[in-house]
Amino acid sequence: MTAKTLYDKLWDSHVVRENDDGTSLLYIDRQLIHEVTSPQAFEGLRIANRQPWKLSANLATPDHNVPTTDREQGIADPIAKLQVDTLDENCDLFGITEFKMDDIRQGIVHVVSPEQGATLPGMTLVCGDSHTSTHGAFGTLAFGIGTSEVEHVLATQCLIQKKSKNMLVQVNGRLNAGVTAKDVILAIIGKIGTAGGTGYAIEFAGDAIRSLSMEGRMTLSNMAIEAGARAGMIAVDETTIEFVKDRPYAPRGELWQSAAEYWQNFHSDNGAHFYKTVTLEASDIQPQVTWGTSPEMTMSIDDTIPDPAMENDPVKKDGMKAALDYMGLTAGTPINEVPVDVVFIGSCTNSRIEDIRAAAEIAKDKKVADGVKQALVVPGSGLIKQQAEDEGLDKILTDAGFEWREPGCSMCLAMNADRLEPQERCASTSNRNFEGRQGQGGRTHLVSPAMAAAAAIAGHFVRIDTL
Amino acid sequence: MEKFTKITAIAVPLDRVNVDTDAIIPKQFLKSIKRSGFGPNLFDEWRYLDLGEPGMDNSQRSVNPDFVLNKARYANAQILLARDNFGCGSSREHAPWALEDFGIRVIIAPSFADIFYNNCFKNGILPIILPESTVDELFQVVEAQEGAQLTVDLVQQTISSDDSLSHNIDIRFEIDQFRRHCLLEGLDEIGLTLAHSDDIRNYENKQKEITPWLFNTR
Repeated sequence: MTAKTLYDKLWDSHVVRENDDGTSLLYIDRQLIHEVTSPQAFEGLRIANRQPWKLSANLATPDHNVPTTDREQGIADPIAKLQVDTLDENCDLFGITEFKMDDIRQGIVHVVSPEQGATLPGMTLVCGDSHTSTHGAFGTLAFGIGTSEVEHVLATQCLIQKKSKNMLVQVNGRLNAGVTAKDVILAIIGKIGTAGGTGYAIEFAGDAIRSLSMEGRMTLSNMAIEAGARAGMIAVDETTIEFVKDRPYAPRGELWQSAAEYWQNFHSDNGAHFYKTVTLEASDIQPQVTWGTSPEMTMSIDDTIPDPAMENDPVKKDGMKAALDYMGLTAGTPINEVPVDVVFIGSCTNSRIEDIRAAAEIAKDKKVADGVKQALVVPGSGLIKQQAEDEGLDKILTDAGFEWREPGCSMCLAMNADRLEPQERCASTSNRNFEGRQGQGGRTHLVSPAMAAAAAIAGHFVRIDTL
Repeated sequence: MEKFTKITAIAVPLDRVNVDTDAIIPKQFLKSIKRSGFGPNLFDEWRYLDLGEPGMDNSQRSVNPDFVLNKARYANAQILLARDNFGCGSSREHAPWALEDFGIRVIIAPSFADIFYNNCFKNGILPIILPESTVDELFQVVEAQEGAQLTVDLVQQTISSDDSLSHNIDIRFEIDQFRRHCLLEGLDEIGLTLAHSDDIRNYENKQKEITPWLFNTR
């Protein structure tokens, strides 16, 4: 038998039929739905008088537009409110399970689904959101799709797809103290570039990846799309199975036994062929801070802002100049001297319990620096918020001067009221530092939760161990 | 979906790498529950000098005269020339909706982000991948001569110049045949897939034995 990669196994077990033109009809086990990319899909179903193929495959929750304060007041912005109301109406009308805004299970789709056990190993999972790659952490084939494809999956439970190429990203050895999954993925993107994974499905492997918790693995897979890869996955192991066990949507009893056995196969076979392999040594990776307007523009906390004059490629040089201009930074400045105005801890990348614990550990018995206008902590779901409160983390954070908010996407993309003002500089645990992403003219530096909390305390980026 | 066979139009050069979908259509416009009306806010933060919000009268806003789409010579462009990794970032289909609503039917670049590339085909937009040197050549030609028009022919898979252009262009491009077929015919992909309903049911029946936990009623 030919040795297969994890991706090959996931792909092969979901092919309904192969078409003559090289495309395949791929079966989709789970679709996650949120308010922004679904209204037009439901409208399409209605216009064509079609019904969802398999209702139980879908799970919905509003996240992008929801307010993170004063929930009982509802949504103030009438256009945002209409969008969330439309999701509620569509889910009610078609009979799709939805965790509405007042449900404790509501939160960011990519946090909610794994938390519920709705993300399972060996499955295919899609969502009208590029960060669907998150679920690859479970040995799941998960990728973002557009709204037309959301409609396609609703109507047929399938997608017409062409197989991507296999890429292996191997991180060997042990991570340095203070280096998190966020630092690892930023270092990977810095190495391969934001288009390095275009056309590929990435598998993350190696001792450093194996050592990560499921939360860390989700952070890693979440940002595969920032390297251009629609899917970024990690083989199933004991850590995966332990995480899934006993969650509300996970199989139980005898079914659990057979599922857990079945999932053991979701790893790459020895000798499986990868079109491309990239290797990093864990010991080379330092805590990261992005300096520019693309996630590949990343640097170690100990470095100085890079100089475009040292870049030979004219297109890259122009890109660096434009980025420094937008970011209001000067080449040669040590990044740990750059002050921050706002700190955001949250997003589908870093809003899980482990992330909040990491921030609280740094903030304990300290105060947010005077120069920092706002330091937000936005948990990824109502259940994470509750758990953090049970652990007393909210108290530690609010005592230090952080704001403790309701769950949602919040300032990651600033569709709700949480946003940067022009020229405000933010240490953010989110995933994109694009121009205007967190508010027009806002300046985003992507960092880990520990680094973000440390920046809030110090008032500037700082090596955590010197705090 | 609108069919695409052949167009002759002005091409607008957007000389920037890694143009992301946040730039193509900023998030505040994603709150719409419609598929149409995004064109006036295409590249909103680059096109206008003020902060755009949904519901604004865009004709009253101050326009950024330096942004290429605002230059009179490119006013009726239907072809967008772009650089590497065009359409990266968010999966929002609002990006191709905005481009299509503005009037763009063809995008030519050395590379595209996967999800955006895929989304174009669902909306009657033809994304063409060409070698970087060829894209460079097109940028030069288009920038050199005002009013220059290119003809993009999906049947022949060619990009060509007419007599209005001093520099002769004759480029062949490659494209996936299934996608070409869907664009040429303006096909409804859902209808195509539903024609295989029996195959889907057969697959499900087989999987119910292998992964029964995925077929619980819940």
